[in-house]
Amino acid sequence: MEDSTSLSQKKENQPLREAMLPREEGTAASPQDPRPQSSGPWEAEPAPDARPRPRSSCAQSPGSRGPAAGQGASSSPPPPLQLSSTLARQNLGAPRQPDGASSGVSDAGTALSDPLGPSTDEREWAHRSHSVEDTGPLAWQPNSSSKLCQPKELPSGSVQKEGWSCHKDPGQPESRACEASTSMLDIAVQNAKGYLFQASSKTGLNLYDHLSNMLTKILDERPENAVDIIENISQNVKMAHFSKKLDTFQNENEMLPTYDIAEGQKALFLQGHLEGVDQELEDEIVENSLPNIMESAFYFEQAGVGLSTDETYRIFLALKQLTDTHPIQRCRFWGKILGLEMNYIVAEVEIREGEDEEEVEEEDVVEAEERDNGQSDADREEEDELPKSLYRPSQVIPKEENRTGANKYVYFVCNEPGRPWVKLPSVKPAQIVTARKIKKFFTGQLDAPIISYPPFPGNESNYLRAQIARISAGTHVSPLGFYQFGEEEGEEEEEVESGRSSFEENPDFEGIQVLDLVESLSNWVHHVQHILPQGRCTWFNPTPKHEEEEEEDEEKEEPDYIEQEVGPPLLTPISEDSGLRFSHHVPEIQNIPAWTTRLSSSLIPQYAIAVLRSNLWPGAYAFSTGKKFENFYIGWGCKYSVHNYSPPVPPPVYQEYSSGPEITEMDDPSVEEEQAFRAAQEATELAAQDSESEEDEDDDN
Amino acid sequence: MDTESLMLSLELAAGSGQGLSPDRRAALLTSLLLVKRDYRYNRVLFWGRILGIVADYYIAQGLAEDQLAPRKTLYSLNCMEWSLLPPATEEMAAQVATVKGRFMGDPSHEYEQTEFQKMSSEGEKPFEEDVVVQVKEETRLVSVIDQIDKAVAIIPRGAFFKTPYGPVHVNRTFEGLPLSEAKKLSSYFHFREPVSLKNKTLLEKADLDPSLDFLDSLEYDIPKGSWSIQLERGNSLVVLRSLLWPGLTFFHTPRTRNHGYIYVGTGEKNMDLPFML
Repeated sequence: MEDSTSLSQKKENQPLREAMLPREEGTAASPQDPRPQSSGPWEAEPAPDARPRPRSSCAQSPGSRGPAAGQGASSSPPPPLQLSSTLARQNLGAPRQPDGASSGVSDAGTALSDPLGPSTDEREWAHRSHSVEDTGPLAWQPNSSSKLCQPKELPSGSVQKEGWSCHKDPGQPESRACEASTSMLDIAVQNAKGYLFQASSKTGLNLYDHLSNMLTKILDERPENAVDIIENISQNVKMAHFSKKLDTFQNENEMLPTYDIAEGQKALFLQGHLEGVDQELEDEIVENSLPNIMESAFYFEQAGVGLSTDETYRIFLALKQLTDTHPIQRCRFWGKILGLEMNYIVAEVEIREGEDEEEVEEEDVVEAEERDNGQSDADREEEDELPKSLYRPSQVIPKEENRTGANKYVYFVCNEPGRPWVKLPSVKPAQIVTARKIKKFFTGQLDAPIISYPPFPGNESNYLRAQIARISAGTHVSPLGFYQFGEEEGEEEEEVESGRSSFEENPDFEGIQVLDLVESLSNWVHHVQHILPQGRCTWFNPTPKHEEEEEEDEEKEEPDYIEQEVGPPLLTPISEDSGLRFSHHVPEIQNIPAWTTRLSSSLIPQYAIAVLRSNLWPGAYAFSTGKKFENFYIGWGCKYSVHNYSPPVPPPVYQEYSSGPEITEMDDPSVEEEQAFRAAQEATELAAQDSESEEDEDDDN
Repeated sequence: MDTESLMLSLELAAGSGQGLSPDRRAALLTSLLLVKRDYRYNRVLFWGRILGIVADYYIAQGLAEDQLAPRKTLYSLNCMEWSLLPPATEEMAAQVATVKGRFMGDPSHEYEQTEFQKMSSEGEKPFEEDVVVQVKEETRLVSVIDQIDKAVAIIPRGAFFKTPYGPVHVNRTFEGLPLSEAKKLSSYFHFREPVSLKNKTLLEKADLDPSLDFLDSLEYDIPKGSWSIQLERGNSLVVLRSLLWPGLTFFHTPRTRNHGYIYVGTGEKNMDLPFML
């Protein structure tokens, strides 16, 4: 094996040696120590019993090299390695005995050195030990580095000579080279190789393979200035080796989710083909519903917001899937809400008339149950005589009907395009009211609980819905004139005073100059109803309800007539939005306007678009080209406040009953009082008797 | 994010909605190249954008050969003309700490901050006095960028290595984190001089590789949970979002060298974090 491979490997050895020696250099100081110590006594002994010598030379090297290899790998010698080095040193002792029992560590070495003549081995060994004696570990370093460049030019035979001579004084190599026969050189090579082939007792790797792997890697990848990063390359090679062995099973597992989603998204891309078959379906879809997301994404990109192109397109496809599978009249890409673990992609849709009834039924059931509970409570109340709690939670404000107010639209969310869309429940006023008082991050799981003070009625899906309602109400704007009030409906509702709630597109809208849109905020109007502090868009008066339902005496206890809350009506310009006041105790220092407008490009103004950014809801944007417009939200779903969030104050403590005549008691009656009372009684009794007697007399009369 | 791979990086970071318009992108690609030449930086990073009310600040940073050396920060309002910012000092930070609210977008804007300071002159009882402190927006900008850098600038483990001579260099052989490592906060480091590393016990340090683990790891950040780590695009992209400084997005594609961070936000620290988690 050696003979056939040695020639080819000699060539390899050239670079190998180069690669190896710098490594030695770096770690030379510490691993050198054991060798002179251990070889010292050997040198003292005379040569004659040569047979065990080669073994010992091989056995010695793992011991002395052990720490060196260890340092190359982990650069901090862990205890086990030192242990093995001492073991190897013990092995050194063993071959001294004439029987020369071979040590387990030197298997590879013996295999190689067996065919060699004992005498040559001896000579070789003498060289090595000699050299170690001659030059101390410190003197070694400069020599080896100066010799490093030489071997390239020399023929392969003398390379080995030179390589070994690195360990010697600079003056000696020539004379040594002359002496050396070719066979001896071969043997030196074999020995070196033998050493390199020794497998590490810890990892089972050997340096030879490692070096050739490293070189393969370097030659394959051709990094710039490879010499600077040789340490890392060595480390990477080792790590690659480990991961190959350990991770084959794991790797496949951890790739699985990637494939799952790719599979899901493949369905998105494939749905187009399915439709091609169904001509009728396509005709239906012409009138629909799907918004042109790519167009608005283009404009938003001009504005410097929005998602990347491929993500937008996936969402586009996901929306198409949504509109195909649900009876949807109008659809819009609302935005993206970031979460801790996952994000939400939100679609705003209007469901076709009469097709969203299942939900209503469900809620009727719930309400009926609630009513039942109430009745049973009332029954129990009649039986009991002790006073029951008079506290009743303030009246639950009913939610708005579907298609009106804050529930005008239905929202679908999904975590990632390709995953199923989930319909969010309709929002209740109490949820909006509470959501205003808390500030939470979304987790990305719709069923996660919202732990907050005050307690939030619902889970994350309700909170998400409430925030969507708030953001929509605050930040959905359109250029002035794009929408107008519907004629019939509008007039009716004007009388109702609650503000008109519906609008339609203005067919005569001619567009607004982009510059005007940028310069004046009054050219933008809200087209989503303002949400009152009550949590609804239209005012619901809780007091008259009381009269109908509750008993009358309670009405007297709650005389506070709640004044109707009024917000800005629909289609109010956003210039009237209340901005952020910086500080209440030092007013007027910095008033932050609620909106920032900008032209998308200052360089080419004639084709620029107007970009509107909300300062109240960071992440809410709108653009308008004059004729077209779109709103978009991307962010954490939290409102901006100049001040830090402070949790709401705890509710007032309920006062105890004031101590009135019903609470306080009289002192116990004293003896005097009782006596006086008795006297009084007796007096009345006497009087009664008298009168009785009188009566008797009268009767007698 | 590196200017060389700006387009790719922007595409990757876009999941948080923090893009750049095409004209800004083009301008940056041109001007940062010139910045690199004129200031002789080894690397130029596009750091991000601070949203002001009137205008936005675009921030770039120049790095020397030693990646951990103090970085030079430049800002620009139009992405073409860059001006160098002075280095941040402790004094500035103290001054700026009183200023709240949004940036205006005008570097010469002065915040007037009335402060109640306790003045105690000799022999008299201390009385409170209104002191008007004037802070220039430029100072605030410097200080905020420095704070963000120290708090949330991050790199994946192995992207940089410490050379035996001391300076920290870009690791050419970095091939990205394996997917299993990419999900852990411990595989990301703060891109600044280590602070807590020195305080670790010997036992904790035992497993560290001195040429790679020379920085503070993210997993010990306070409060716990100040990072949101997500796998996007079907697990092919790791995105870390700072919750302490909302607006900072870090992205890394596992098994590739693409990584970087960008800050797009108002330049305000989220002090409400414990309430929001």
